[in-house]
Amino acid sequence: MKFTEQHELIRKLARDFAEKELTNDVLDTMEETHVFPQEIRRKMAKAGFFGIKIPRELGGAGADNLSYVIVMEEIAKKSASASIYVSNPNSLSGGPLLLSGTEAQIGKYLKPIITGEKIMAFCMTEPGAGSDAGSMATTAVEDGDSYVLNGRKSFITMAPIADIAVIYAKTAPEKKSRGISAFIVELDSPGVSRGKPEEKMGLVGFPIGDIILENVRVPKENLLGELNRGFSNAMKTLEVGRMGVAAQSVGVAQAALDESIKYAKERKQFGKRIADFQAISFTLADMAAKVEAARGLVYETARLKDEGKSITKAASIAKYFASEMCNEVCAKALQIHGGYGYIKDYKIERFYRDCRVFTIYEGTSQVQQMIIAGQLLK
Amino acid sequence: MKILVCVKQVPDTNEVRIDPVKGTLIREGVPSILNPDDANALEAALRIKDKDPGTTVAVISMGPPQASYMLRECLAMGADEAYLLSDREFGGADTCATSTTLAAGIRKVGDVDLVFAGRQAIDGDTAQVGPQLAQRLGLPVVTYVQDIRLEDGKAVVQRQMEDGYEVVEVKTPCLLTAVKELNEPRYMTVFRIVDTANQEIVVWNHEDVGLDPQECGLSASPTQVFRSFTPEPKGKGEMLSGTVTEMAAALVGRFREKHLI
Repeated sequence: MKFTEQHELIRKLARDFAEKELTNDVLDTMEETHVFPQEIRRKMAKAGFFGIKIPRELGGAGADNLSYVIVMEEIAKKSASASIYVSNPNSLSGGPLLLSGTEAQIGKYLKPIITGEKIMAFCMTEPGAGSDAGSMATTAVEDGDSYVLNGRKSFITMAPIADIAVIYAKTAPEKKSRGISAFIVELDSPGVSRGKPEEKMGLVGFPIGDIILENVRVPKENLLGELNRGFSNAMKTLEVGRMGVAAQSVGVAQAALDESIKYAKERKQFGKRIADFQAISFTLADMAAKVEAARGLVYETARLKDEGKSITKAASIAKYFASEMCNEVCAKALQIHGGYGYIKDYKIERFYRDCRVFTIYEGTSQVQQMIIAGQLLK
Repeated sequence: MKILVCVKQVPDTNEVRIDPVKGTLIREGVPSILNPDDANALEAALRIKDKDPGTTVAVISMGPPQASYMLRECLAMGADEAYLLSDREFGGADTCATSTTLAAGIRKVGDVDLVFAGRQAIDGDTAQVGPQLAQRLGLPVVTYVQDIRLEDGKAVVQRQMEDGYEVVEVKTPCLLTAVKELNEPRYMTVFRIVDTANQEIVVWNHEDVGLDPQECGLSASPTQVFRSFTPEPKGKGEMLSGTVTEMAAALVGRFREKHLI
């Protein structure tokens, strides 16, 4: 793929940023405290990372999707958790507003998330509705000039620290997924409460948790998009989200490969570098080939999106392949590192835990297979 | 107010290796970067602009056409204008010829209230171009600047010394060379990268800046490199750790081992 000077500068910016800000000290502290430094989040906003592909007239930087995946890849190379702070405003929380927001909604809610003043959460998943998102139980009932929301959303990215949320709820339960609407909810509204932050296997530093809605009154002007058309808004948002997860997978896998190459050249066993054993060198070759293939899929998806084409299939293929690839590459990287790979002092241990969720969130690998197959057989 | 910042594209010396046989730099595959001290100089100019938005910040460089990439980086950090002095005739220039060329470029830009340069470039480490440039432009110069305060018609600056600093008051226009302690250079922003993607970088050759080929490049460079070599490594350093008391005790122990005390 040919990059313009603009893309190269954006890559340089993201790489310089990651190397300078996401130092080993910062990341180690984050693993201990579970807290992402607000100073870094503020700097990310200033660098324009929160509105990379959001049009200039809406307060974003007005770059393209290719720029977005480049930034995701470069930040994820250092820290997958940090990359979620980039993807969140660009895709899951900014996406629904960008797709369906009115001028007033965009002014009031999108701009502060681009500047980093506010954090927004995307609330789809429920305890009983994961892959089968259409079966959600949260309801919104019209009452005068408001809707009244009731339900529980779970595994919500940023829930413990978010200011605003886009909440998907049934407005016509009998119509299943065609009866879902999206609402912008300010999380300090009466009736909103939050569950405790979940203790996760990896991706330490970005919190997830439940958002509980008990008779929460949402003014009608906060209905996002058309009534009962929320599901399509969510699905389109997730397409961009999947492209971001695929980019994140490429970043983490590349980092695991880089660490493995370095280690294989340093580590000596049986009187020679382990890189000189074909079992190791061929494993590295295999990892590199797969990372490169996934990267191609990610860039191609971004290019299609920039050309205004549908990315339903491409994004699912990229996300499916890249996330599975990343798990395979990180497992091999850990194997190359041997016992040291299992120890927290080495980065591989974190990569291995962080990437495990890539095949799960924003649509499991099995959901991606469903989407790809559906596109092939339609 | 118009500020001009002299910048140079240099090989990233963190990545540079020396050819052990020829004794020269292996530049192949080494990324080129904006010289670090020049980034501090640009940051100083941009901070003046942050306070006084009427300020124009221009960057100027002498180099091959690919140096325009670094100038784009400067624009994406916040510079308003970029000038590249690029010509085969400028090739092979030492600091003397470089400052002649840069001075001609700066005169052509015109009406400059303040000229900034980095203390030195990490590839040559001469620290000569800034002062030479001031001489050619007839401007007062303060080197090793670690702090700047602008007042009416003058700048009050701290000039870094080994064991402290001098406070120097200098009339503007003047030339200041920046050290890394001056500030922390800002990042580019995605906003600026997009905004400046199509901005013109003005390219001038020797005729554009009114120089005779005899005045620039190799033919105007009295410096002759006699030999370059890698000095013998000095032996590995050792970092002590622990409390100050522990480290002091360890240090005394090491000195005793070596019969220094």
